Amino acid sequence: MAATTSMVTSLTFTIPSLGLRLPTRSYPCLKPQRRLVRKAASNVITATYELKAPPYPLNALEPHMSRETLAYHWGKHHRTYVENLNKQVVGTDLEGLSLEDIIIVTYNKGDILPAFNNAAQAWNHDFFWESMKPGGGGKPSGDLLDLIERDFGSFERFIEEFKAAAATQFGSGWAWLAYKANRLDVENAVNPWPSEKDKELVIVKSPNAVNPLVWDYFPLLTIDVWEHAYYLDFQNRRPDYISVFMEKLVSWETVNTRLEKAKARAAEREMEEERRRKEEEEGKPTNEEEDDDDLEMYVDNDNDDSEAE
Amino acid sequence: MALRSLATRKTLTLALKSTRLAQSRALQTFSLPDLPYDYGALEPSISGEIMQLHHQKHHQTYITNYNKALEQLHDAIQKGDSSTVVKLQSAIKFNGGGHINHSIFWKNLAPISVRGGEPPHGSLGWAIDTNFGSLESLIQKMNAEGAALQGSGWVWLGLDKELKKLVVETTTNQDPLVTNGPNLVPLLGIDVWEHAYYLQYKNVRPDYLKNVWKVINWKYASEVYEKESA
Repeated sequence: MAATTSMVTSLTFTIPSLGLRLPTRSYPCLKPQRRLVRKAASNVITATYELKAPPYPLNALEPHMSRETLAYHWGKHHRTYVENLNKQVVGTDLEGLSLEDIIIVTYNKGDILPAFNNAAQAWNHDFFWESMKPGGGGKPSGDLLDLIERDFGSFERFIEEFKAAAATQFGSGWAWLAYKANRLDVENAVNPWPSEKDKELVIVKSPNAVNPLVWDYFPLLTIDVWEHAYYLDFQNRRPDYISVFMEKLVSWETVNTRLEKAKARAAEREMEEERRRKEEEEGKPTNEEEDDDDLEMYVDNDNDDSEAE
Repeated sequence: MALRSLATRKTLTLALKSTRLAQSRALQTFSLPDLPYDYGALEPSISGEIMQLHHQKHHQTYITNYNKALEQLHDAIQKGDSSTVVKLQSAIKFNGGGHINHSIFWKNLAPISVRGGEPPHGSLGWAIDTNFGSLESLIQKMNAEGAALQGSGWVWLGLDKELKKLVVETTTNQDPLVTNGPNLVPLLGIDVWEHAYYLQYKNVRPDYLKNVWKVINWKYASEVYEKESA
């Protein structure tokens, strides 16, 4: 945590002390994809992001998603995002950051920086392949099903809403099921009466490369609705693609695992916040490592107000 | 080939139904314009399969949804239902924009047999040289912008009527060129949504952009330019 923190603070940007928090290594979904490579002809070590293969052979999702689609979607599109990301990152401050950190940093609260598209799309596609499995579909069970029924009324209504989100994301983008833990709608707002009920499942859609990490949600499931994801198999019939995805491809086991991790992360975060609040109240100087105030960096800003842009 | 926007039977029944709203105008509905060439006539630059899907499915869907949204808007305006009026704006922008843009696009294309791809002469050719140095340079610029566009959108050659110069612009999704500036007139638009090229060029959008110029209808662009810069 300290290493990541100090690397990120070497970049100058403003992080409000509450609200959007510094990413930690504990993102529920993906371990940092980093491999240190020693170049043969020099002593320079370059961190590179790898193109991870889907957890099944390229033809394993047939007939619902063709081998040809996987060959292009993973073999060309996804590969290109990763390759271009590596080119963009090398020799910059972003080098050595985890993929999730790059995404948050380059999202830059909506004022997107160049590496965002490649970084986010690299992450999104990893997440997408893992969201599917051969012989997928069906229904979730246990805690996940309970939460779905609680937050959407019924599994059927959830399916309807998810499909509608995917179908109405105009242009390129993604639809998501995400776990939203204790956050209010307005970034930087602090929930005055946090309760279990604030932790809920939400369906969101996002354009182009944007994903729910930038809103500080925990993504659980995604469907790619860029045309390249379905055009070879379904042409213009996006709703058919979405139905097939839900009925035949979704890996509810993976979604469940992600939910468990998300709940654990959310609980951890709550405890940390609780501890920090107590320490502030007692007026004790906090440990430097956990002191968020150090991380308020001002960019050409004479204003002392940390909430000001 | 002029845009066909005839009153259809639907419009007439709608007008008849709304006799109680005698003050309201009949709502105009839109229909799919015919292509002035066969689906396969632009090969090998754009495959017949793509042209047919693009025209009969994508463009038609925009028109269907545009008509639906307009009808709902008409009702909402009559009722003074402001929430619905506002709620419909994005559907109108998406689908109306899709209809506008594709209607222009079909006219921007022509088979080689009827001089598709033939460089512009006359005042447009001269204006291109003045504004961009050469036709080659304009094409390179549009291809660079088109290739770099993230997600879905269009790359345009436009005329800024106020500043009296040619511009290269991009728009997102189905935003028409006018959303970039009220004085912009589209001369030429190239669809870079994946549906415009994927079945043939897959992920290699730059190849599509290179080849599409072989079937660009400069004659139409010149006509529009001459009319708008008069």
